[in-house]
Amino acid sequence: MKSFISLSKAMALGLLRDKAAVFLMLVFPLMFLILFGALFKSDSTQQAKVIQVGDVRVLDAMPDQERAGLRDVLKIEKTDGSAAARDEALAKVRKGDMDAVVFQKGKGGVELRYSAADSVRSGNVRGVLNSVVQQANQQATGQPPAFRLAPRQLEDKSVKPIQFLTPGLLSWAVAMGGVFGSALNLVSWRRKRILRRLWLAPVRAGSVIGARVGVNLALAFAQTALFLGVATLPVYGLRLTGHWWLTLPLVACGALAFMSIGLLIGSWAKTEEAANGLAQVVVLPMAFLSGSFFPLDSAPGWVRAVSDYLPLTHLAEAMQSVLTRGEGWGAALPVMGGLLLFAAVLTLIASRIFRWDDA
Amino acid sequence: MTDTAITAEGLRKRYGETQAVDGVTLEVERGEFFGILGPNGAGKTTTLEIIEGLREPDEGTSHLLGEASWPRNPALLHRIGVQLQASAFFERLSAREQIHTFASLYGVSGDRADAMLETVGLTEKGSTRENKLSGGQAQRLSIACALVHDPELVFLDEPTTGLDPQARRNLWDLLRTINSEGRTVVLTTHYMDEAEKLCDRVAVMDNGRILRVGTPAQLITELGVKSLEDVFLQLTGREYRE
Repeated sequence: MKSFISLSKAMALGLLRDKAAVFLMLVFPLMFLILFGALFKSDSTQQAKVIQVGDVRVLDAMPDQERAGLRDVLKIEKTDGSAAARDEALAKVRKGDMDAVVFQKGKGGVELRYSAADSVRSGNVRGVLNSVVQQANQQATGQPPAFRLAPRQLEDKSVKPIQFLTPGLLSWAVAMGGVFGSALNLVSWRRKRILRRLWLAPVRAGSVIGARVGVNLALAFAQTALFLGVATLPVYGLRLTGHWWLTLPLVACGALAFMSIGLLIGSWAKTEEAANGLAQVVVLPMAFLSGSFFPLDSAPGWVRAVSDYLPLTHLAEAMQSVLTRGEGWGAALPVMGGLLLFAAVLTLIASRIFRWDDA
Repeated sequence: MTDTAITAEGLRKRYGETQAVDGVTLEVERGEFFGILGPNGAGKTTTLEIIEGLREPDEGTSHLLGEASWPRNPALLHRIGVQLQASAFFERLSAREQIHTFASLYGVSGDRADAMLETVGLTEKGSTRENKLSGGQAQRLSIACALVHDPELVFLDEPTTGLDPQARRNLWDLLRTINSEGRTVVLTTHYMDEAEKLCDRVAVMDNGRILRVGTPAQLITELGVKSLEDVFLQLTGREYRE
């Protein structure tokens, strides 16, 4: 037990003092989360940007309360009513800088000029301005409205970017930590002859392997805590549903599976450089093909076929299920079993090609 | 309790085409300071590694303190201390953390580790990282790590290679002290003056075989030459080695 603790400590210190490794395994994936989270946060339908040339009665007479209600969907820039200003405004719409130009024609005419470059945005701007005009018409009758719309927002159950990004990027981070951590550790300990030195110390193999597993699990849990901590910040707005804690056993099984890939690489590679390169070759394509960064729904069939064989695909999917879709043991258990089986098979192969030293 | 610290019989080890060790038999008494000499590629390190129990011999047996060194025997490992040729240190750990880690692997207290650091004069370098130590400091630290559990038998593989004369002399004093405390010391070296000054007995090796064993004075007289270096050159020739 004592040697297990001191070896874990030696490994953990060796890892934490390696600034490049800490950056690669903790900071780098987190940067992706922060960056992607910010990129995807803005809603896809944007404000309609309209230039109002000169006075337009329905818009100018709009009560403040109604104006405030439209602020999210409609942005109006007012210019003077000269012909030059109108030409300039039309040019802006043609170039796509603004969505529409609105101006008064005669007493009751409200003219709208829009570009059809983006059908969603042009439909949007037409709909919004139409409702403003219709409302003004209704008010002009002096009668109470015959029909009234009562809107109320429902809880949104569709997958938000952050709900997709968090489990995907976290799985990727765990994969990097597992593969790089154990591969580089194994090669460096072999090259520095620490493995040999440990052979000549009264240490059980179990203590050495146990220490490595312990450090890997601790790293994976630290990554999980960091990711969930950042993603649940109000800015990113991840909400953890019922069985979110199932991510912990999933992360543990994933860490073991990726550690086994690292052990295989570390057993085979002779130098740190080779191990590093090989780990990149394994992790990077796996990250893209697993759908950790973006959904593979529209990917070609063969990509999805390859993806089905990658442990990262299944980890990311199961994490998404328990983290954001409210699923439970049913989604987690088969994946955990599969990951452990994967880990067992690869560790067995690694132990076959394992070498104590370079000679 | 046997009187021999090491009994090796008929050790052979082949790597592909190379017969690295070709029938080595030797005995080292308890309390002896024993040197294994030989040019590069003579098979010194492999011989030492087989005796220590680091490698399995193709043929032959090795017993340390009366117990077989292969297969791995943790009870025996408590009684021997090993310094490997390249300093085997945990990456990015300080000198003090290194020796404390080794101490706890052997179930030895942290105080003892600090005392050992003091013995090799590295107390002030305790917080220096392993890669910032000078060659001599690294050698002293790795010897301290080999001695931290107070072993009866100590193996040192070229402990003074790459050291300046000052560091070498200091290390000699340290090794003499270790030996005078009753420990058996086995070392390999390229330096004949070192072997002549330190070793009770030496074995001269080449091509995986032991050519001669005896006290330095004996070998000098037997071959009718002036120094151990002459003995060495007469036995192993003057051609360049790898």
